Amino acid sequence: MINSSLKELAIALALKKVSSVELTQLFLDRIAKLNGELNAFITVDAERSLAQARSADARISAGNAGPLTGIPVAHKDIFCAQGWLTTCGSKMLSNFVAPYDAHVIGRFNDAGSVILGKTNMDEFAMGSSNETSFYGPVKNPWNTGRVPGGSSGGSAAAVAARMAPVATATDTGGSIRQPAALTGLTGLKPTYGVVSRYGMIAFASSLDQGGILARSAEDAALMLNVMSGFDARDSTSIDRVTEDYGRELEVPGGVAPNLPLTGVRVGVVKEHFGAGLAPDVARAVQSALDELRRLGATLVDVSTPNARLGVAAYYVIAPAEASSNLSRFDGVRYGHRAKSYSNLAEMYSKSRAEGFGAEVKRRILIGTYVLSHGYYDAYYVKAQKIRRLIANDFAAAFKDCDIVVGPTSPTVAFELGAKASDPVQMYLNDVYTIPANLAGLPGMSIPCGLGEHGLPVGLHMVGNYFAEAKMLAIAHHYQCATDWHLRSPEGMSA
Amino acid sequence: MSLSIEEVHRIALLARIEVSDAEALAAQRQLNEIFSLIGEMQAVDTEGIQPMAHAQSALLRLRDDVVTEVDQHALFQSIAPQVEGGLYLVPKVIE
Repeated sequence: MINSSLKELAIALALKKVSSVELTQLFLDRIAKLNGELNAFITVDAERSLAQARSADARISAGNAGPLTGIPVAHKDIFCAQGWLTTCGSKMLSNFVAPYDAHVIGRFNDAGSVILGKTNMDEFAMGSSNETSFYGPVKNPWNTGRVPGGSSGGSAAAVAARMAPVATATDTGGSIRQPAALTGLTGLKPTYGVVSRYGMIAFASSLDQGGILARSAEDAALMLNVMSGFDARDSTSIDRVTEDYGRELEVPGGVAPNLPLTGVRVGVVKEHFGAGLAPDVARAVQSALDELRRLGATLVDVSTPNARLGVAAYYVIAPAEASSNLSRFDGVRYGHRAKSYSNLAEMYSKSRAEGFGAEVKRRILIGTYVLSHGYYDAYYVKAQKIRRLIANDFAAAFKDCDIVVGPTSPTVAFELGAKASDPVQMYLNDVYTIPANLAGLPGMSIPCGLGEHGLPVGLHMVGNYFAEAKMLAIAHHYQCATDWHLRSPEGMSA
Repeated sequence: MSLSIEEVHRIALLARIEVSDAEALAAQRQLNEIFSLIGEMQAVDTEGIQPMAHAQSALLRLRDDVVTEVDQHALFQSIAPQVEGGLYLVPKVIE
């Protein structure tokens, strides 16, 4: 049961082979057994989860079930869930019980899903290793001496270790796709604006997007069907016709079943196979490209020459937006307030000094500087111009191809502590993923092989705006022909 | 470019984050490494390029000017550090 797909779980629930209460208890038991070592969950509340499971069972009995009714879902602790501690991985919010539901949480509640718990993450989603969390690092289930990636490391570890069938996550510069690559999962960051940011604690508002960590593209499509949709409470939510993101998973009529990718043009970004890419990752990604070709796709070379500047532009734009967003944490209305202070200014500065960790402070300082008088044009406006060049590169590439592919991360999962004291090295983990956030394009990572030490490697895909259904279909056909996505960390599949 | 220790203290003041001298020194070194990474941008000619603030160019929506929120101040203030009579309490600002 812990290895079942969401579709299989939904059938088992519908046929009363298992109840939602039993299913929820099964995963709660997995969490009780494994979380001590992996630290994937910050908050588990069995009573609350089981109460939701009982309601789901009633709904299933009444014949009102939807595709995810009764399915336990782990949520990144960045999503506010009413009555749940919602920390964003920070001491600043270590006492914050959310008084309302994020749009995403509301959608899952409406769908009858069960909140299985809140997952660990880099503090305020700032990190690529899950080592900046106030609640301690998350361990990679494939090798507990290694990082699971970040910032959605807890969601990734939870799904990889079968402590949850599926999880929500968020991605500002790669925070879904890089952990997916490092833990052997399917990760999807939708087009900017597809998933509402309401109640999703803000890091860099023009880049943040909610998404999914799952074990297959098919599961991810079911999740996106629930999570997506217009929300007037997010000013950048896009009002579009509702779509079924799984509609292209079946092979279209007229196409040979063994060549499901006939007619698909896959753009290979040549710049992503140069210096900095580990040979084991390059090999796995190259075999994935060969497999896509065997499935009928046409490979074409594309170039995104400005993407190399993505990291530099990102580390201006994201901290600038973060410094503004995080100014709300002042110890007045919610969150941590320092114990002793002599005046209002000191109350702010002490509360923030105590409440934020080192990486968050660093980014607030960068952001404050680049937005300050005299530096705005040199940094912030310059970065926004580079952002435009990167978006233009993608627009040009999509004239020649349907999706752009390459490696998700330069290396397999690295050792805990290996990059923790060197911010620049840590930032370079996201060199392949950041450009999609800057352009607002949808991105995915799917497992495509094992590299050094038997650790998973991810294939990165970027689609054009709103091409999620197409990307999910390509990923699904790849997963029908290969079994990398079915591999699990040793000892974690039973 | 290189940030001086005085600039680090000035930014920290603007950001309302108290930093000790030791923290400022550590931050100075790391921020300078980060700014050298960011500096790569300056090598690119961006003359005439329109800055891109957002992924979507859609205009902000307008809505009818009607009340959409209900009063939940008791709920919201139940998680505040210090409240009295429905008001958030902070140290005295005006003597």
